[in-house]
Amino acid sequence: MGIFVLKRIGVMFLTALCLTFVVFFITNLYPNLEKIAKTQGNFRMSEAEVERYLAANGYSQPILLKYAQWVGIAPGWITEIDEGVRGRCFIGTVSSVEKPTSRQYCGVLQGYWGHSTVFKEDVGPLVIERLALTGKLMFWVLLLMLPSALLVGVLAGMREGSKTDRSLSAFSIVTTATPEYVSGVIFIAVFASSAVGLKWFKGTATAAMEDASFANFFLPVFTIALYGMGYIARMTRASMTEVMTAQFIRTARLKGVSFRAIVLKHALRNALIAPFTVIMLQFPWLLNGVVIVETLFNYKGFGWLLVQAAGNNDIELLLAVSVVSVVVVLVTQLISDIGYAFLNPRIAIS
Amino acid sequence: MEPLSWGTIVGLILWRLLPVWLALAILLSVSAFYKRRLGLYGKLYDSPIGLFGFSLVAFWVFVGLFGAFDLIITHDPLTQISGMKNKPPGTAVASASSDDFGYYLLGGDNLARDVFSRVVKGAWIVIQIAPLATLFAFMVGITLGLPAGYFGRRLDVALSFLSNLILAFPVILLFYLLVTPEVIATGLPSYMATVLFIFPIIFSAILLNSRFHTRPKLRTPLLVVVLGLFLWLYTSLISEPGSAIQILPKFVDLFDISGGVLVVFVSVVFVNAPTVFRIVRSLALDIKTRDYVAAAQTRGEGSWYIMLWEILPNARGPLIVDFCLRIGYTIILLGTLGFFGLGLPPESPDWGTTINGGRKLLSIYLHPALPPAFALLSLVLGLNLLADGLREESLKD
Repeated sequence: MGIFVLKRIGVMFLTALCLTFVVFFITNLYPNLEKIAKTQGNFRMSEAEVERYLAANGYSQPILLKYAQWVGIAPGWITEIDEGVRGRCFIGTVSSVEKPTSRQYCGVLQGYWGHSTVFKEDVGPLVIERLALTGKLMFWVLLLMLPSALLVGVLAGMREGSKTDRSLSAFSIVTTATPEYVSGVIFIAVFASSAVGLKWFKGTATAAMEDASFANFFLPVFTIALYGMGYIARMTRASMTEVMTAQFIRTARLKGVSFRAIVLKHALRNALIAPFTVIMLQFPWLLNGVVIVETLFNYKGFGWLLVQAAGNNDIELLLAVSVVSVVVVLVTQLISDIGYAFLNPRIAIS
Repeated sequence: MEPLSWGTIVGLILWRLLPVWLALAILLSVSAFYKRRLGLYGKLYDSPIGLFGFSLVAFWVFVGLFGAFDLIITHDPLTQISGMKNKPPGTAVASASSDDFGYYLLGGDNLARDVFSRVVKGAWIVIQIAPLATLFAFMVGITLGLPAGYFGRRLDVALSFLSNLILAFPVILLFYLLVTPEVIATGLPSYMATVLFIFPIIFSAILLNSRFHTRPKLRTPLLVVVLGLFLWLYTSLISEPGSAIQILPKFVDLFDISGGVLVVFVSVVFVNAPTVFRIVRSLALDIKTRDYVAAAQTRGEGSWYIMLWEILPNARGPLIVDFCLRIGYTIILLGTLGFFGLGLPPESPDWGTTINGGRKLLSIYLHPALPPAFALLSLVLGLNLLADGLREESLKD
């Protein structure tokens, strides 16, 4: 078990390293760098001015060296320009007197995630602040999604082929066919627009960042929860129908145990093993949903940050964002594998 | 002229869709008549859910096809008519001449274009890209997944690591990295297209060669013809005047695909291929332990013959079901791209872009965003139901 986990963590680091390098490579392609230079300086920069800007800000170095600096295994760049000295490890231009004498390392290993060119802030605190907002959103999503998905799945799978089963299955198929940007648009149109006039909820969740209330937070939560719900419900249903045809359920029936007791005491525990893996593997999907919904409802969390970082080619912010999302994906995969073995003693991890 | 009432609008839309109804009626009745001879497709007509799903899909396919021939649309999807900005459904076009259609059936969008015609044209874009992209993803996934599952060992470890790497990427981040004008300028998507699009050729070459290599007289001309055709298609697909790759001279270049569409296509294939790879790999792992595979090995068949002519045909059930589901997922991905304004040009009538355009004024005007939203929903729903029906019917025997 211990070796398995260690191995997986090793693979995780390797994956994160590869992925960040891919992101690093693409964001450091020349047209992207030119875009940074032009958005940071001005849009009418000449070729030579772009070159000078890139050189002064350490963008012109070889890509592997830049990547090593970001990781923190190579000393940060220092360039001398007419006005003074610029460097990776300090912000802005300083006079050459203040220039630190020793070679400084400042990268992820040292806990420094870089400086955002869009927000003019350090990336670390920025990402954490936005993650907290998304955490709040996700908390409510899970709180709404998991119980209702499991309930729908169990109720549908309890009696296969019954009317309840058919209608609940239809419901879950419809939700899996409705991506967030479709359901979100429909919900805003029905519940938040002045054209229909119900106006039960707010069409934007910007206010919910500070002070979430039912009116301004329910729609984004519900929109994300709905798309993920159908899939989990279908898995639960499949697993429940399988359990309900098992031998031990028939035995319990023949003993005269009531249907209620069979479902609650015998079937439920066994039926919930498979959905557990599915729930954990849903996290990467939820991340997608978060990006869409935060854009749609203008809730400035982690997904919104991803869009801002990617849209403006904010290299270091984008790297931090991808590290976080990759870690989320891989950690949930790991938990799903371990949890599966934990819940189902017949499966040995190897 | 007076605006139309809702009843008239519905009636007129149904009337405009007349070619679709006719085509649907012919398709369904002919297929239902011959259903016993049509294999799995015919069995679909015994399952109400599958049939309903199939009808939804067929509906949108016909809408797209006839829309492409300008049969259904009432106005040009890109033309802006003054005075029609954000007008509600059924508004009469002010400056209509006698041979123009006199109304915006589903209203005008924020740039005064006809919403109805845009949705119809959007269907064409979707049904062109989604099935083809899914097919390419399957080619890539099958060509790599079969050997990974069959040979195992290092090959499997390496390919699985690669596919997990791509799967660990958040899809939207990947889209933002690949589908921006700056990255398109570097030619990266064109190079990826060069790599990804070669897989169907490899696949068909191995498929034919492994089957017919004992009969060189048939094999050689067959391969020459098929591969020649495919290579021609391939080179005209990837060579693009003005882009990074330009190999074919103009007169042999069959078709040009505008940069935006190619990039969208490549990124969608790229996102889908690893999942297909995983499915094919696990199917191959399962099937290679069967007796008929052992029998083929004893006969001394080559590995590729066993993979492509023994394992693959026996994996077709789950693969067909997944193919339907995956087309739906691809449509959702295409919508996501449009929703973030990536890839396709901003005036493109595809559903995602139209939803994105309509959502900004959603609290006041509902009609520009809702029709494409429901269109996308119903098509994906149709595909999901179709997959469900196929799964049920294929499990029966």
